[in-house]
Amino acid sequence: MTSVVPFVIYVGIFVGSYLVVSRIVRHVTRTDFTALKTVTFGDESAVVSDRVASVISVLTLFLLWGMFTGSALVPSFLHAPGPYLGDGRFDYVVESADGARDSASVLWRVEPVDGEVQVPEVEPGEGAAKNDTLTIREYRSGQLAWDRNDEFSRKDGARIVEIDGQKVDFDPQRRGEGDGPAQVKPVVRVPNATVTLSDKGALIITPYQGWQMEPIWLPPPEDVARRFVEIARQGYRGSTLAEHVGYSLMRVIVGFFFGALVGIPLGYAMGLSNWFRGWFDPIVEFMRPVPPLALIPLVIIWAGIGETGKIVLLFLAALWIMAIAARSGVSGVRISKVHAAYSLGASKGQIMRFVIVPNSLPEIFTGARVAMGVCWGTVVAAELVAAEKGVGMMIMVASKFQNTDIVIMGIVLIGIIGFGIDMLMRWAERVLVPWKGRG
Amino acid sequence: MRFDLPNGSSVQALKDVSLHLKEGELMSVLGPSGCGKTTLLNIVAGFLAPTEGQIVMNGHRVTGPDAERGMVFQQGALFEWMSVRENVGFGPRMKGMARAETKQIVDHLLDVVGLQDFKEKAVYELSGGMQQRVALARCLANDPDVILMDEPLGALDALTREKMQSLVLALWKETGKTIILITHSVEEALLLGERLIVMAPRPGRIHQEYRLPFADLGVGADLREVKKHPDYRVRREEILNMIWNMEEEIMGRTEAAS
Repeated sequence: MTSVVPFVIYVGIFVGSYLVVSRIVRHVTRTDFTALKTVTFGDESAVVSDRVASVISVLTLFLLWGMFTGSALVPSFLHAPGPYLGDGRFDYVVESADGARDSASVLWRVEPVDGEVQVPEVEPGEGAAKNDTLTIREYRSGQLAWDRNDEFSRKDGARIVEIDGQKVDFDPQRRGEGDGPAQVKPVVRVPNATVTLSDKGALIITPYQGWQMEPIWLPPPEDVARRFVEIARQGYRGSTLAEHVGYSLMRVIVGFFFGALVGIPLGYAMGLSNWFRGWFDPIVEFMRPVPPLALIPLVIIWAGIGETGKIVLLFLAALWIMAIAARSGVSGVRISKVHAAYSLGASKGQIMRFVIVPNSLPEIFTGARVAMGVCWGTVVAAELVAAEKGVGMMIMVASKFQNTDIVIMGIVLIGIIGFGIDMLMRWAERVLVPWKGRG
Repeated sequence: MRFDLPNGSSVQALKDVSLHLKEGELMSVLGPSGCGKTTLLNIVAGFLAPTEGQIVMNGHRVTGPDAERGMVFQQGALFEWMSVRENVGFGPRMKGMARAETKQIVDHLLDVVGLQDFKEKAVYELSGGMQQRVALARCLANDPDVILMDEPLGALDALTREKMQSLVLALWKETGKTIILITHSVEEALLLGERLIVMAPRPGRIHQEYRLPFADLGVGADLREVKKHPDYRVRREEILNMIWNMEEEIMGRTEAAS
């Protein structure tokens, strides 16, 4: 149930911030042309991305992340309840096989995940059952062999019959004999913890876990940032962060370069010659729907896990996309443009250079953007499988050592770089082919 | 001219079309849709090879496109990756003409068509009428012997169209080029045709030929005045009726067939 809480908070912030922003801010700023439109529902051009919403959206993600990881970046009153840290005590009653009873108490202590464990000391107390102590790590539960310092022993048939004043029927000796009350393990709530019994009758103490995520599942944002700085300075697995990123980018760029170098002329040839079109159509149309990831095993068998294999893989990922983009760029030339150029006296070579190539550039740029995106995804996946350097290898190795902070850092980094590549391609497209879509 | 269709049948797009053009003539071709106007022009331009007959120009047979026959298309034939200046200078550049000379020709032509302020603009920044002016200038820059126009003003609005008609007339008179103009507007055909050919469909053939005075009257004059000419209305009604009947006939035939 608690997993619904972040979602409810998220929806709450979504609705709440909308109401606040629309009530307060919008009355002041809505003065543009769109504000005069009476029909906005269904008019796609009237839907403009609300920057305020974008900012709040990103902040909300970080807020939720901080709240449920106990981040120092979020004020502590906003934190979701954390796991219990500190001491607790409860009493229990033991009954021996011959019916003798004695009570004792358990002092348990929850220590932070890192730090030295200090075993609390208690008086043994009087009677056959002695008082016990137990130290539990944060987010964990602890098991207590309560009879290790007692005169009673579970081997002799002694068992717990009462925890914190509540009667307990569970009898480990009769385990597996039907399903009477003696077979049901008790769940007793004591302050700040739940107590139950193991199969063999030992005490299991589960302190209150809270609503926060354990760092091993989701580290707080500042841990991720700290890791980033640390790895940027000291590197990870023998390579600096710049080397990891640089190797991945280098593979993408080299693979894409060769893919474009072969793919674009191939596409042109397919767009201009019957023989080329007939020869390569089956190959291109077959290879296009094969996801590059499916080629990884074959490429590893053929070229190994080194640089060659990865570059061959990215070459194959980019090749078909670029060939198809160049081909559709050529077939997209309006015949009137070609006719016009011929009747202005242009030769075949001049038609190619001044009409077909510039006319196909927008298509090629679109293809290049797609190819770069696919290459970036493929290189990370290929590095996940096997690599010595690279961001994909970094997060894969980190996950094996449960360095969740490195994994998250790597994912964020991969996302930012992928986004950066796309922005760069769009910018190049705007600068180099301003006539795109305006023919 | 016969087109063989993939299903084995064929369409007789043109049949027994015989024309002789004198140098400097302005001929407009009019006809209902599907009468083979564009096919005729494509054959003259050299984009299509005729199945029968031939085109002879300047004493040699036409076998393909050539710089001696310039072409102005309806729309979208400009190179949007080039500026206005580069578009107009395309022909001379392909011939390898010197830069200075090209520049002189381009500047002159852009002044003539009234685009002196738009020389360095990208063509996609211009309006439709301006783009057609660029197309005219580009064709003239190459100094062709014949200019073929395939509904060059068809995509323009009515007001721009009238202005452009005057421009075409002015350029015709100034340069003395032979012009073949294809149109589906009766008014345009009357105003821009020394010679007017009305074509009939199925098979495409020459239905009637006129010699008209309006093009000469229109040079340098207001075209709206020309339209008040008594003969103009008579001719217009006559040709409209002719095309009307052709359309009726086509419709009737398709109805009978179905």
